[in-house]
Amino acid sequence: MEINLSKLKAYGDTLNDGAVQVSFTLPVPAGDEAKEAARQLALKMGMEAPAISEMADLGAGFSFFVLYGKCTHTVDYSAIKIPKRQQEIMSFGEVNELISKELGRKMVVVAACTGSDAHTVGIDAIINMKGYMGEYGLERYPEIEAYNLGSQVPNAELLAKAVELGADAVLVSQVVTQKNIHLENLTELVELAEAEGLRDKVLLICGGPRISHELAIELGYDAGFGTGTLPNHVASYIAAELIRRKKTENQ
Amino acid sequence: MNAVNNKLDLDQAKVSLARDTAGKIADQLHSWIGDYTTTTTERAAARLLGIDGVDKGDVPLANVIVDKLLEAGILDRGMVPWLAGAVASRGESPQDIAEGLADGRFEVSSVPELPAEKWRGIADTLAEEAASKIRATRANREEIKKNAAPPDKPLLYVIVATGNVYEDAVQAKAAGLQGADIVAVIRHTGQSLLDYVPYGPTSEGFGGTYATQENFRIVRRALDEAGEETGRYIQLVNYASGLCMPEISVMGAIERLDMMLNDAMYGILFRDINMKRTFIDQHFSRMINAYAGIIINTGEDNYLTTADAFEQGHTVLASQFINEQLGLRSGLREEQMGLGHAFEIDPSREDGLLMEIAQAQLCRELFPRSPLKYMPPTKHVTGDIFKTYLVNGMFNLVSLMTGQEIQLLGMLTEAIHTPFISDRYLSIANAQYIFNNARNLGDEMFFKDGGRIKSRAEKLLDDACVLLQEIEKIGLEAAMENGFFADIKRSAEGGKGSGGVIKKHEHYYNPFIDLFMNNSAAEGEGHS
Repeated sequence: MEINLSKLKAYGDTLNDGAVQVSFTLPVPAGDEAKEAARQLALKMGMEAPAISEMADLGAGFSFFVLYGKCTHTVDYSAIKIPKRQQEIMSFGEVNELISKELGRKMVVVAACTGSDAHTVGIDAIINMKGYMGEYGLERYPEIEAYNLGSQVPNAELLAKAVELGADAVLVSQVVTQKNIHLENLTELVELAEAEGLRDKVLLICGGPRISHELAIELGYDAGFGTGTLPNHVASYIAAELIRRKKTENQ
Repeated sequence: MNAVNNKLDLDQAKVSLARDTAGKIADQLHSWIGDYTTTTTERAAARLLGIDGVDKGDVPLANVIVDKLLEAGILDRGMVPWLAGAVASRGESPQDIAEGLADGRFEVSSVPELPAEKWRGIADTLAEEAASKIRATRANREEIKKNAAPPDKPLLYVIVATGNVYEDAVQAKAAGLQGADIVAVIRHTGQSLLDYVPYGPTSEGFGGTYATQENFRIVRRALDEAGEETGRYIQLVNYASGLCMPEISVMGAIERLDMMLNDAMYGILFRDINMKRTFIDQHFSRMINAYAGIIINTGEDNYLTTADAFEQGHTVLASQFINEQLGLRSGLREEQMGLGHAFEIDPSREDGLLMEIAQAQLCRELFPRSPLKYMPPTKHVTGDIFKTYLVNGMFNLVSLMTGQEIQLLGMLTEAIHTPFISDRYLSIANAQYIFNNARNLGDEMFFKDGGRIKSRAEKLLDDACVLLQEIEKIGLEAAMENGFFADIKRSAEGGKGSGGVIKKHEHYYNPFIDLFMNNSAAEGEGHS
């Protein structure tokens, strides 16, 4: 079985069958016309021989579809390059040891959910003592001084607090992404930090279910963390990056 | 007591101990709550007396009048004495007087201070008129319900959250037509910290629409339409929480909302609102809900999104007992208290489902008359929609077999986006399948003596008793300072909105407190 990485196709049960599943709603009542509209839409998505396996009447003039088909598109996997955070993931003990040995002082981290976002699940998982999935949060690290400012913190207030506490890193969590509000919030923070001349003095890090490292870099952050991130992932990055920068400065 | 309520062989002495201890905790708070009022409590009284609308700068007239009385240093007597005095001396309606103050037609000081006999009668007449309107709205609800098909339980509760009230109305109606019994319109994430209630319809919001009277009206109409088309009554929910709890309750009472998220401690823990402010606000807010026949939902489920559901299950119980006792002291009946809890134990835990059954059954037996509100898994939900759909099915099964009443349906796209119309449809289909296919499972089921479920329930109750006794010893304020709930610590003097707390003058008067607390109209209803 030879996979052509320059022409990668979706896989159902046979190489290059292109099998995909799609579901969507149309704002028209369920019926033969709606079904035909769904089929035509699937064709335009690049699905060959789309089969509608389910049509449901959602009431109020809406219909829901589940379709299977063969996606004709291919992608060139061999040409894909994704920027990755370089450092390795260290354990709780390793991070603390590295900080005390190489930094010689406690690392200060300030974190918040900014803007109108009131969802602290993510930031709490990373910062709070208890942590997440058995990994202690940053508050528990003896070598880290962590401040969780909570939810709905204005960007300006977050930066003011970062200056007041002498933060090495600022962590921003954005969970609400309706109408891309998170992008506005995140961009505003970077612009504010630049305007205040703080951008080079702190590590700016963002996180949330819709955030990737790639997106973070694009927005002007030093790093981004998405779904599945554990506290030690973030701690490893901050510690290693801070120490790397310190060494570069001293050279 | 029916079969579902007596399966865990609970030690009734411990149940009484927990309830009595929570009662003492509530009494400690009530030793001072009555000595204070708040700006939003007074604004709620203004709204009850018909003051609505905004001034030229979009400031609600309820805020205008209360702020001016605060500035004049007489708000400690309550808003009503001055307003009734103004009505008496100027011969204008409360609304005209509020508008006159806002326009600068006259000042607070231009209304002479009258002896009580000159304004008291007017105040009481105006208050009784307001109360009779609320009673009429309540009677209207009962009437529509009587003519509608009685819903099966658990009731299907879904949320809409488009940020545009007109889109919310479309989605709410569709949800009603699909079989939802209860629809909540998610509130704008920023509203809890606004010290006023926005005015008019919201067409662009983030994470929801504002709780405004106009928005309430728009969605109410849409749900009534869906109800008429299907021969059912579809309940509308919003949030009487944040810095304006009593005002939002007033709006809900007027616009025939059926449920309000209305927790006694949520604002303190999760929005960092001042403790004193919240305890005073929740009291008046709940009185209004009680009188309006609104069912409150409490927010214990939230504890489990920050704290671990397996380790902290007893804190949910302790908080439910406290919420219940505070609710009773504001005139709420048990049938109006949708005490909250959640299915949040890590699904990878061995026998986690058994632990969920234990907690849900325990809640059912401890609060037999409460329309318990059961919240779906969110904390451990990832973007794997297929797994989430399955976990939501397990959640629905546990709810059915333990007799929960208000079932907030889990969305397969939880942790991805606010629900699509199809997500909601799939969640309703999931629940309808299980509720029908396993309808009488609870009646057939008993728990093994000494088994995992009974043992877990016993331990939860024991731990809740210990926790309640610790809280009673130090007081609820100190307990919250020490992070007893949700692993969150809040200082007694800190938090937002403390500036709106006012010590009452000895001549303070608010006619609604007596009206709502001596509520013979509501007694004896609804014991179904």
